[in-house]
Amino acid sequence: MPWDEGLVNSLVYDEPDPDQGRVLSYPHALNESLDLALSGDPSVMILGQGVDDPSAMFGTTKGLRERHGNARVFDTPLSEEGMMGICTGAAMRGMRPVYMHNRPDFILLAFNQLITHASKCHFMDNGLNKVPLVVWAAIGRGWGSGAQHSQAIQGLLIGVPGLKIVMPSTPYDAKGLMLEAIYDNSPTLIFEHRWLMKKSGFVPEKKYTVPIGKGIVRREGKDVTIVGASHAIELAFQASKKLFEIGIDVEVIDLRTIQPLDDEIIGNSLKKTGRLLVVDTGWAIGGVCAEIGFRAAEKWFSDLKSPVRRIGLPDVPTPAGYGLEQFFYPTADNIAETVREMCVKK
Amino acid sequence: MRYTYEGNGYKGWEKNLDFFGKDFLVELFYKMLRIRMIEEEIEGRYHDDFMKTPIHLVIGQEATAVGACSALKYSDLLYSGHRTHGAYLGKGGDLKKMLSEMHCKSNGCVGSRGGSMHLIDPDVGMAWSSAIVGGALPIATGAALASQVRKENNVIMVFLGDGGTEEGVCSESLNFAALKKLPIIFFCENNFYSVQSPLQTRQPKRDIVRWAEGHDVNAIAVDGTNVLDVYKTARNAVEDIKNGSGPWFIEAKVYRFRAHGGAGDDSKTGYRDIKEREAWEKQCPVNSYSSFLMRNNILANQQRLDMERKIKIEIKDAFDFALNSPEPQKTDLYQFVYAD
Repeated sequence: MPWDEGLVNSLVYDEPDPDQGRVLSYPHALNESLDLALSGDPSVMILGQGVDDPSAMFGTTKGLRERHGNARVFDTPLSEEGMMGICTGAAMRGMRPVYMHNRPDFILLAFNQLITHASKCHFMDNGLNKVPLVVWAAIGRGWGSGAQHSQAIQGLLIGVPGLKIVMPSTPYDAKGLMLEAIYDNSPTLIFEHRWLMKKSGFVPEKKYTVPIGKGIVRREGKDVTIVGASHAIELAFQASKKLFEIGIDVEVIDLRTIQPLDDEIIGNSLKKTGRLLVVDTGWAIGGVCAEIGFRAAEKWFSDLKSPVRRIGLPDVPTPAGYGLEQFFYPTADNIAETVREMCVKK
Repeated sequence: MRYTYEGNGYKGWEKNLDFFGKDFLVELFYKMLRIRMIEEEIEGRYHDDFMKTPIHLVIGQEATAVGACSALKYSDLLYSGHRTHGAYLGKGGDLKKMLSEMHCKSNGCVGSRGGSMHLIDPDVGMAWSSAIVGGALPIATGAALASQVRKENNVIMVFLGDGGTEEGVCSESLNFAALKKLPIIFFCENNFYSVQSPLQTRQPKRDIVRWAEGHDVNAIAVDGTNVLDVYKTARNAVEDIKNGSGPWFIEAKVYRFRAHGGAGDDSKTGYRDIKEREAWEKQCPVNSYSSFLMRNNILANQQRLDMERKIKIEIKDAFDFALNSPEPQKTDLYQFVYAD
C-alpha cells in the first residue's frame, strides 16, 4: 500500500533540535527501551504476533530475538485471550512480560483475561500475587483501517480498577514510560498512536524512566487549557500555533497517563486559564473526555469561566474510506475553532 | 439415566498394594474422609447464613482432589476453577483460613476478597483460582511458562471441568502448552453437568481424551471415583513431565452428589434423574475406598471411627475460630488495587 506510507510520510512534525542531544525515531526509542529492559532483567519477556518478523512491530522489536534469544522474545499463536492469560500467569510467577499487539482491536479478544483476571488478581488474592504485565498496542488511523483496525479503546478501560493506562506523545516519553511500565508491578497498558511512529525526538542513551500518573505542561499559556495525550497533543500544538496568531494563548497539558490521572496538573492550569478543552484520540462519549469533564464539574467548577468542551471521535464507528474519514477525525482546525468559541462566549 | 459409571471399582487393585505402602493408602483415605466431613459440615451450617458466600461442594469428587494433589509436592503449583474446596484442602490448604474466608473475615486466606471460589494459599502451592470457567487455564499455562524459563523444575496442575473444555481458551492453552512442551497437567473432572446443562446438549458425543490428544498433548482417562487410579496416573504424568514429556491431560469421570452450587442436591428439579445420582452414590469415592481398604485389612472399622472423631474436633475448632475472627475494616477495601 504505497499510498498509506505516503500519507504517513507527509505528516509534518517539528524537527527536533539536534543541539538538545541525540535524536531517535519513535520506534527506535521503544526498541532501545525494550533492549535495555531485556538486558537488565532476566525476567523480562517480549511476545506478540509478529514481534520477530521482518517488520518487527513497526521496528520496535527489531533485533531483540537475535540479541536475547527465543525463550524471552517470541512470536505467539493467534490466541489473544489465551496469551493474555499466559502473560498474566507468568507475571504472577515472577516474569515481566511485554505483550505486544499491532492494534488495540486485538486486545478486545482478550478482555476476559485482561479485565476479569489480570487487573483484579492482586486485589482478589489480598496482595498475595502481583501482575507486572505490560500490554502494548498502536492505535491505527487512515489507510482504510476502518472500524476493526482503528479502535482507540482507552475510554473503555479507564473505569477498570487495577489497570494503568499510558499514552505517550514523544519518543523521549515512549522510552521512559515503557521502562517505567515494565518495572511497575501492576498491569499497565500502553497505547501508542500509529502516526507517532514517524516522529523523531531527543532521547538520551541512558536508562531513565518517566513516572506513571504524572502529566507535563508542553506549552504554557494563560487563556485556555487543552488537555490530552498521545497524538492529540500534536493536534493541540498545531491548533495553539494558529490561535496564538489571533491572540489566544493556549496551555497544552500532556497527560502521558490516562489512569491514574494527574488531577493536580489540570487543576493548577485551570486556576490560571479558567477554560478547559479535552481532546482525545478515542470516542468522546463515556471515555477520557467524559471523565475529565466530569472531574472539572466536580472539583474545579468555581475556577471555570466557560463551559468545558470536548473533542473526541463522534458517536459512530470508524469508516474505512478516505473520504468519510475526513469527516470523522478531529483536526487542528476543529480544535482551534472550538477554543476560539470558548474565548468569545464568556 | 444419561451417564452411568463405567469403571471397575477397585477390582484388581489389591495386587498393587505394595506399590503404595500401607501408611500412604491410609493417608489417602484420611484426606478424602476429611474433605467429605468438612463439606458436610459446611453444607449443614450453610443456612445459618454466617457463610455469606456461594459454595460449590465437592461431595462425590473427593478422589480426584486427593488423588491428583497427592501426586504433587508443595513446590508444584495447583490452579483451579470455581469448585475450589477439594483442591485447596487436597493441596494442604489451612482449614481455619478457608473457613474464615467463607465467613468473610479479615483473616481469611484472601482477606474476604475471594470467598469460597478463591481459596488460595501460596504457602502450600495452592496458587490461584478463577470463577470464570476456563479462566485459570491460561494463567496456569503462564505459570508453567515461567517455570520453564526460570528452570524451576516444578510441575503445574490445573483443574477444569467438562464445561471448561468448551471454552476457546482451553484449546488455546493446550496448543501453547504443547507448542512449548510446558510442565503442566490439565486435570479435567468430567462430572457431566455444567450447572444443570448436560454434556450431551453442549458437546457432540465424543471422547474428551481424543479431543485433547488432537492438540498434541499426552492424554489419558482415569476412574475419577478411584483414588488409587487417579493418584497413580497423576504421579506417572508428573514423572513423565520431569523427563521432558511436555503437557498431560487427564480426564476423570466423576459425579457431584450435590447441586452445582449451594447446599443439597437439586436433581428433583428434573434436569437429571435422581436414579442416576443414586447409582453413582454406590461408587462413592470415600466409602468404596474404605471398603476396599477394610477388605484388605489395611483399615479397621474402629480406625475409621477414630479418624471421624479426630476430624470432627478439628472441624469444630476451625468453625469456632472462623466465627470468632475479626471483620474486615473500611480501610481494607482500598488496599491492593495497585501493587507496590
